[in-house]
Amino acid sequence: MTSVQLEVLLQTLISGLLLGGLYALIGIGMTLIMGVMKIINLAHGELMMVAMYIAYVLFSSFHIDPYLSILIAAPALFGLGVLLQKYLINPVLKVEAIIPENQVILTVGIGMVLANIATIIFSSDYKTTPVEYATKAWYLSDYWRESPIELSLSMPWSVSFCVALVITASLWFFLTKTDMGKSIRATAQDKDAALLMGVNVERMRVFTFGLGSALVGSAGCLFIPIYYLYPDLGGQFTLIAFVITILGGLGSTVGAIVGGLILGVFESLTATYAGMGWAPVGRFMIFVAALIFVPGGIMSLFKKRRLGK
Amino acid sequence: MLEIRNIDVFYGDVQVIWDVAFEVKKGEIVALIGANGAGKSTTLKTISGIVRPRKGEVIFDGAPIHTIEPYKLIEKGLALCPEARRLFVEMTVEENLDMGSLKGEAKKQRQKTKEMVFELFPRLGERRRQLAGTLSGGEQQMVAIGRGLMSLPKLLMFDEPSLGLAPILVREVFNVIKRIREAGTTVLIVEQNTKQTLAVADRAYVLETGKITLQGTGQGLLNDEHVKKAYLGV
Repeated sequence: MTSVQLEVLLQTLISGLLLGGLYALIGIGMTLIMGVMKIINLAHGELMMVAMYIAYVLFSSFHIDPYLSILIAAPALFGLGVLLQKYLINPVLKVEAIIPENQVILTVGIGMVLANIATIIFSSDYKTTPVEYATKAWYLSDYWRESPIELSLSMPWSVSFCVALVITASLWFFLTKTDMGKSIRATAQDKDAALLMGVNVERMRVFTFGLGSALVGSAGCLFIPIYYLYPDLGGQFTLIAFVITILGGLGSTVGAIVGGLILGVFESLTATYAGMGWAPVGRFMIFVAALIFVPGGIMSLFKKRRLGK
Repeated sequence: MLEIRNIDVFYGDVQVIWDVAFEVKKGEIVALIGANGAGKSTTLKTISGIVRPRKGEVIFDGAPIHTIEPYKLIEKGLALCPEARRLFVEMTVEENLDMGSLKGEAKKQRQKTKEMVFELFPRLGERRRQLAGTLSGGEQQMVAIGRGLMSLPKLLMFDEPSLGLAPILVREVFNVIKRIREAGTTVLIVEQNTKQTLAVADRAYVLETGKITLQGTGQGLLNDEHVKKAYLGV
């Protein structure tokens, strides 16, 4: 392997990991909702799109940095998620339906409505937030003059990755160290037993949907400095979140992190070595491979060993 | 302490509980025995608010509880060790115990109660960081009982605590139940293991096809001809 080839490979892995960190954040939101509600939220990407438009408006009208807009977009998305859960999804959960997947279909509908509302308000033009640090990067040779290879680290990508890490770490702390977080995990594992322990399961559902929406909303704010925005972008990210959730094992937070990183690296590799257009193909190859070879998700491999089954 | 006043319970259009009435007094161990499908578990589910009675009342500590939200019962001092334990298998032993003490006084006393539970079941203390799903059946039952105790209940209900346990562990579970009562908690047990249950119970009721057919002291029922024939196989 020549030094140029090594350079390309390392550079690809770095951008894959950075992308994977953001993917993980999107996946965690979906997997949390999946765990507690037992439904797949197919409006997940559209919720992210809404957050991105919030960040876009804040940037273009008030010159608020996209990273700071997390502080506004995440609570707003939390509220939106709570409303959706309380007034649309919960009523449908209670109805005895002809097909049990009614709630999933409902989320598809919610996604379509959100995408179309965005088209009406913002038109279907591509939008960006041209921040001045968009193309800034750190170069290895600046820090190590004799370095045989040259690597670069894009500043907005790195900042987004680090913020995603901080959010993920705080979420982990919340889920494992607080009673509220434990109650969410307990509800996901056995909702009747959680009810017996005094957990208000209904409220936990509403809160979790809000939390999942807030997480994907913050992912949206992290994406917008490095991505472009259009109303139909949601569907693509719903699929990405779905693949990550399947890959990580339904409802597993750690699985979603691992799944997100794997997907990010794999997509980055296909983009470099097979061409940009092949990245979605790579994504679905991973999806199909996961369904065939690790149907329980990555975490099920560890669990088998742990439980000795 | 707990009074069941003539409840009728339905699943859809099918009536499973017919005019059942019984009482648990403070400091007692009361047992509800009967065969599979007699309505024992449904009775417990009705008390814990998961199923609603169509007729009748459930009174706990002088107030009706069949109308309030099920998640509020544990705060009132009513806890249930559910059938098949129903632990949170992907949480550690300690987290499972924490889940038993989410509210009010129980939350304040959490550390103290936890020490008490670990004293009662030293094995759990050793395994406090282990995932509940990796424990043996007997240890899981201990966690379930410990989780029930964590809420500092006035009345602790057991649904089939001996289910799926080896005979030696069954004896241990009943010993623990006796100790819990000695420590001041009232106990209601629902069991199919008639002999050992009647041996520890102060009073017992026999439930058959959704109706109470017999009642008496635990010893009295052990010597009852019908109970002997139908449940003890002698």
